[in-house]
Amino acid sequence: MGEAIVVTSGKGGVGKTTTSANIGTALALLGKKVCLVDTDIGLRNLDVVMGLENRIIYDLIDVAEGRCRLQQALVKDKRFDELYMLPAAQTKDKNAISPEQVKDIILELKKEHEYIIIDCPAGIEQGFKNAIAGADQAIVVTTPEHAAVRDADRIIGLLESSHVHSPKLVVNRIRTNMVKSGDMLDIEDILQVLNIDLIGIVPDDEHVIKAANLGEPTVMNPESRAAIAYRNIARRILGDTVPLMLLDQKPGMFKRFKKFFGMG
Amino acid sequence: MTVKSNHVTIKGIKDGLVFLLDDKCEFNLLLEELRYKLEHSHQNILTGPIIHVDVKLGSRNVTEEQKQAILDILGQKGNLLVRSVEAPEPETAEGTNGLATLSGIVRSGQILHHEGNLLFLGDVNPGGTICCTGDIFVLGSLRGMAHAGFGGQEEAVIAASYFAPTQLRISETISRPPDEWENRETSMEFAFLLDGKMQIDKITNIFRVRPDFNVFKGV
Repeated sequence: MGEAIVVTSGKGGVGKTTTSANIGTALALLGKKVCLVDTDIGLRNLDVVMGLENRIIYDLIDVAEGRCRLQQALVKDKRFDELYMLPAAQTKDKNAISPEQVKDIILELKKEHEYIIIDCPAGIEQGFKNAIAGADQAIVVTTPEHAAVRDADRIIGLLESSHVHSPKLVVNRIRTNMVKSGDMLDIEDILQVLNIDLIGIVPDDEHVIKAANLGEPTVMNPESRAAIAYRNIARRILGDTVPLMLLDQKPGMFKRFKKFFGMG
Repeated sequence: MTVKSNHVTIKGIKDGLVFLLDDKCEFNLLLEELRYKLEHSHQNILTGPIIHVDVKLGSRNVTEEQKQAILDILGQKGNLLVRSVEAPEPETAEGTNGLATLSGIVRSGQILHHEGNLLFLGDVNPGGTICCTGDIFVLGSLRGMAHAGFGGQEEAVIAASYFAPTQLRISETISRPPDEWENRETSMEFAFLLDGKMQIDKITNIFRVRPDFNVFKGV
C-alpha cells in the first residue's frame, strides 16, 4: 500500500505545482513507483510542467464518471518507467468531482504506486477539500513573504482539524542575499509562526522557470541548486536524515581552504 | 429515515437503562434520533417489564420545555420509567471567576471564544482571534487579535509574554498598536482601559489597574 502526499499552500503562485512535479520526479529518480495527481480542475498545469500535455487522453473527471478505466487515464512519463501522472480536466470546474470520488481514486492508485503526490489548487474551497480527501500526509509550501505565511498558517489550521495531521513545511524561493540584508523573512521567523516540521528549503533559482517552460522538471538538472534541494526533500520523505542546504551561494574562502587540506 | 450519526447512546446498567444524549448536536436532531431509536431498534428491551431510566444530558443546558419534550418521547414507551434527568448545574458567579487553562495554537482564520478568564498556553498567530468575556493571558506570542471583556467588561485586561498583536479590543474599545511598536524591546506587557482609552504597561504594574488581583507583598 502506497502513501498519498498532498502538496498545498493556500496562496496561489508559491510553487505547489513545481514542488509536486519535482518531488515526484525526484522520488522516481530514487527508484520509487510514483504517481502524480493534478486536482486543479479547470486550471491544470502539472502536465505542462512535466511536459506531458500532448499525451493526455482521459482525465480525472473521466475516471470519476466512469468514462474510462483508471489505467487508461494514467499518462506515463517520458523519462521514467515508474512515473505516472493523472491529469485534471481542463473543461470542468472544482465541483465536477466530490471528495469521496477522489478518495476512491487515490485508494486505487495506492495499490500500484509507492507514492502518490497530489497537486492541490490554491484556495480553501471545494478544490482543497477534494485534494486532501485521499491524502495521508501533507506538505505545505510557502515563500518568505507575510501573505504566503499567513495563508500557510490558515491551511495548517485546516489540515490539523482534518484527518491529515502534522503537515510538513517547504519554504520555497529563498533569496540568500535578501535574507542577509533583512529584506526577506528568514526561516526562523517563518518557523516561529507556523510551528511545524521543516522538510526542506528551496533557493530561488532561474533554472526552475527555464525547466518548467521546457516541460522538464528541474530535478533532472544537477547544475541547479533548486534541484539539489528537491532531491534532498525526496530523500527526507524516504526517511533519510539530510542536513539542510547551506544558503550561501558559494562555499566561502575559508571552506575552500579546508576542503583543499582535506578537512571539510 | 436513516440515522447516520450517533447522538443517542443507550447503556444497560444493573437496575435499568442509561440514555446518554450528546451535548453538542442540535436539540431537534437529538429528539428525532431519540424517537427513531425508541421506535425502530432495541425492541426486545423496550417492550416488556418496567425498566428504570436515567437520562444524562452531558453539559447541555435545557429549558423546562425541552426537558419535557424528552420526557414525552420516553413516556410513549409504557414500560420506561424515568428515574432521573441529569443536567449541568447552572453556572454560578464564582464559577466564571476562575482562570481556565487552554493550550494550542490559534492559527490564521481560527477563533477561540471563551466565557470567563483564560490562560492560553501557546501562540495566537496573525489572522487568529482570541475572544473572552473576561481577562486574557497568553503564555506565548500574541501576534493576532485579542478581544477581552467581550460583552462589556471594561476592567478586562490582555497580557502576553510576547506582545505583538495586530489589534486589541477591550469591551467596545478598539486599538491597533502604533507603528513604533514594531522594533521596541519586547517585555511581558498587558493592555487595559483607562478613561476609555487603551493603555499598555509592563506586567509588573498590573496590580495598579486591577486591585482585585491578589498582590504578593513579600515577607
